[in-house]
Amino acid sequence: MSKNAIIEWIDKRFPLTSNWKAHLTEYYAPKNFNFWYYFGSLAMLVLVNQIITGIFLTMNYKPDASMAFASVEYIMRDVDYGWLIRYMHSTGASMFFVVVYLHMFRGMLYGSYQKPRELLWLVGMGIFFILMSLAFTGYILPWGQMSYWGAQVIISMFGAIPLIGDTLSQWLLGDFTLSDAALNRFFAYHVVTLPILLVTLVFVHILALHEVGSNNPDGIEIKKNRDPQTNIPVDGIPFHPYYSVKDIFGVIGFLIVFCAIIFFAPEFGGYFLEHNNFIPANQLQTPDHIAPVWYFTPYYSMLRAVTVNFLWIDAKLWGVILMAASVVIFAFLPWLDKSKVKSIRYKGPIFKFALGMFVLSFFVLGWLGMKSPTPLYTVLAQIFTVIYFAFFLLMPWYSKIDKTKPEPTRVKE
Amino acid sequence: MADTGSFKIEEEMNSRRRFLVAATSVAGGVAGVAVATPFMLSMMPSERAKAAGAPVEVDISRLEEGLLLMVEWRGRVVWILKRTPEMLETLETLEGQLADPNSEKKQQPDYAKNRTRSIKPEILVVIGLCTHLGCSPVYRKDIAPEDLGAGWLGGFFCPCHGSKFDLAGRVYKNLPAPTNLVVPPHLYLSDSRILIGSEESKESA
Repeated sequence: MSKNAIIEWIDKRFPLTSNWKAHLTEYYAPKNFNFWYYFGSLAMLVLVNQIITGIFLTMNYKPDASMAFASVEYIMRDVDYGWLIRYMHSTGASMFFVVVYLHMFRGMLYGSYQKPRELLWLVGMGIFFILMSLAFTGYILPWGQMSYWGAQVIISMFGAIPLIGDTLSQWLLGDFTLSDAALNRFFAYHVVTLPILLVTLVFVHILALHEVGSNNPDGIEIKKNRDPQTNIPVDGIPFHPYYSVKDIFGVIGFLIVFCAIIFFAPEFGGYFLEHNNFIPANQLQTPDHIAPVWYFTPYYSMLRAVTVNFLWIDAKLWGVILMAASVVIFAFLPWLDKSKVKSIRYKGPIFKFALGMFVLSFFVLGWLGMKSPTPLYTVLAQIFTVIYFAFFLLMPWYSKIDKTKPEPTRVKE
Repeated sequence: MADTGSFKIEEEMNSRRRFLVAATSVAGGVAGVAVATPFMLSMMPSERAKAAGAPVEVDISRLEEGLLLMVEWRGRVVWILKRTPEMLETLETLEGQLADPNSEKKQQPDYAKNRTRSIKPEILVVIGLCTHLGCSPVYRKDIAPEDLGAGWLGGFFCPCHGSKFDLAGRVYKNLPAPTNLVVPPHLYLSDSRILIGSEESKESA
């Protein structure tokens, strides 16, 4: 049988060629993608890395409070190449957030959340929430001091919810305190529930993308301008081979950085693997300084920023509400942005300034979240929390009055 | 005439179908909730976890003044502090700076609702977890240290988010922690033996 005959045999039973065409060789993406368009495919690469390394880690890890810490050290010291697999996984976790943050920022730069891509953006937000849950549950597993006390702080936040708080945290923990029961179930979430949800949502994300088509740095809808004979968008090029090859170039660049971290700085100075997490969990003593891993610190800063009671809600609950809001608010971007154009290239000075302030506040809050609170730092956190929320909440107003430039109808040659 | 008749039948069939679809959906929904219930309930603390909440007996005969004893009860750290007379004096002087000096909020059993928040004035029994987000504060008996300021007369300081408590576990004003430290139910079996986690002695129970 020739190759074509085999494919023909399959095509009569499964839509292989038609899907190959629809999603690769005849999926037309705008021809003006730039650097920012690497991070979607890189996120896929890291996802695959996490799944494969994660499977191999479960072969030696023990989700038992009395054995977990030792089993991680066993992987590091006694399992052949265990250190490599574990560092690939732990570095992958941080790099997942690096590429996803850059991917989200790309969407904010070029208005990729705007009509008709609102649902695509929402599915992406779902992926982001799942990713955060995965990072949180995964961080608990080594059962070191930071695992324990980090989880203690996060679970206590659910306890702040009025009326149902106590029952809810008992339900989450399966015990009256953070203990073996919680470790065991967070392992189940981390290796079964959340990965299944994540992979499913990534699949839906790509389906949604291929339905509406990719945005681009000019914010032009390439589907509006088709060749009358072929019906192919004139500013589009097939994903494969053009962008598959471009993405492989991005993968090479990414892997150079990724391997450099794994081989030369896997703890990344305490940012990727915190020093206190090399001490086994001790429920009688909190470390002197606790802070979440870097990718959670902006939100953690906002949690701590609230120090006054307001209305009938106390400061503790306000902190929790604000922290949840700071993450969820991204989901509302498609409806907050009233601008006539998508891309920052054609948006006016107010939007550029606002986006700059947002990026600044994200970094400052992230930095503050790693520091112990002092009165000065608390005031700084309060100021930048206001700026962070102002970017979103004032957007309906400033995006409307901003002076935009006209969007071109064709991608520039 | 025949047409209208069949139309009527069709309409009746439609309304019957709609009713059946609705009834089946509701029954299916009920079944779904019923099936989910055991799974959701399986996540509550197990019988073993509940049994592990049994009271803990502590011998304090060798506890010296000013020293803090840490014991574990229900997986939480419980502090037993034997306060010196000087320490007890600080409790009154600090009251202006405290959020709930009279322990109005129910963070303690009734028998500990007093200035020392204890049964015996010198012995403090509290759960050593901050009421903000559950970190374990540090026992700082040094007076006026550099980091805590000149007004510090000894107490507990939470390194996570900066909450402060006095030597009776009462929280200072305008800090993240909303309430005083929790006093667990406890009783004295004898002068030097405390039972933590129970209000009735084993003998009477």
